[in-house]
Amino acid sequence: MAHTAIPVIVDTGAAPPAAVAAPLVLEHPHTSTGLDSRKLLMWAFLASDCMFFGTLIATYLVYKNRSPEGPLPRETFDVPYTSVSAFVLLLSSLTMVLALAAIQRGEERRMRVWLSATALLGCVFLGGQFYEFTTFYHEGLTLSRNLFGSSFFTLTGFHGTHVFIGVFWLLSLVAHSFRGRLHQEHSLFVEIAGLYWHFVDIVWILIFTLVYLIPD
Amino acid sequence: MATEHDLAHDHAEPELEHAHPGAKTYTIVGVILAVITLAEVFFYTQESVRAILVPLLLVLSATKFVLVVGFYMHLRFDHPLFTGVFGFGLMVAGSIITALMFLFGQYPLPHRG
Repeated sequence: MAHTAIPVIVDTGAAPPAAVAAPLVLEHPHTSTGLDSRKLLMWAFLASDCMFFGTLIATYLVYKNRSPEGPLPRETFDVPYTSVSAFVLLLSSLTMVLALAAIQRGEERRMRVWLSATALLGCVFLGGQFYEFTTFYHEGLTLSRNLFGSSFFTLTGFHGTHVFIGVFWLLSLVAHSFRGRLHQEHSLFVEIAGLYWHFVDIVWILIFTLVYLIPD
Repeated sequence: MATEHDLAHDHAEPELEHAHPGAKTYTIVGVILAVITLAEVFFYTQESVRAILVPLLLVLSATKFVLVVGFYMHLRFDHPLFTGVFGFGLMVAGSIITALMFLFGQYPLPHRG
């Protein structure tokens, strides 16, 4: 097992010498699968989130060209601008996984740097999305303007909310680390946060292609 | 006598999992992802590939998806149960998208007319 992080004291069976403290073995509780339930739970959540975003993407694809009046996708999107946002989110996935590699090596300071960089890139992405939404609004595209606007803002808005939650999560990990509560043996916490963050990234990979790049 | 610790390891099936890759592999994957994204935008601007643009973009996007899930989310190295759980959700999501596309007569592939 590469990651056993839950601090549960397990009896190793050997009686320790009188003068020596009993060794503490850090191990997750016994499960029928032998896997950490929290990591399995995160994967189950991500699977359910797949269905959630799948429905939103399908709704967008159905509705995007059914608006009787504009603005329509082709006359609204700025693909070069969104490409930069896609790069930013991809880069944040790299910094996230580098943070995990750092804490698995016991390099806590480096982990904080990479986690902070990931949160910062997430904020840059959110700032870009805010600017994009504002621009669309000034061009007449609102949530209630037409079917394209409703489905587009619902899809990308929910994705942005996921990014916002991810940024908050990452910053809380940085804060825990500064308080000395996040060490090498707790790398599972970073790994689970990373799973969530990478999921947000792969959803954007799909949105970027299906919403922005594929022509009407 | 087997201890609780021993039992936990008996059930771990460690042969099904492998060590996670290091920073070098992660960086190489990151560069590949960036190159694929550049390629997507490049093809988007080329009129000459307009006829095959949709399948081309779908393949490139799927490649990025697999790289992130396989390497950054470690499904390539972790226990197959994680792949099964996530794959099930992904399959349901794909079925929902496909069903709705056909149901509303709006399948995104251009040759459908």
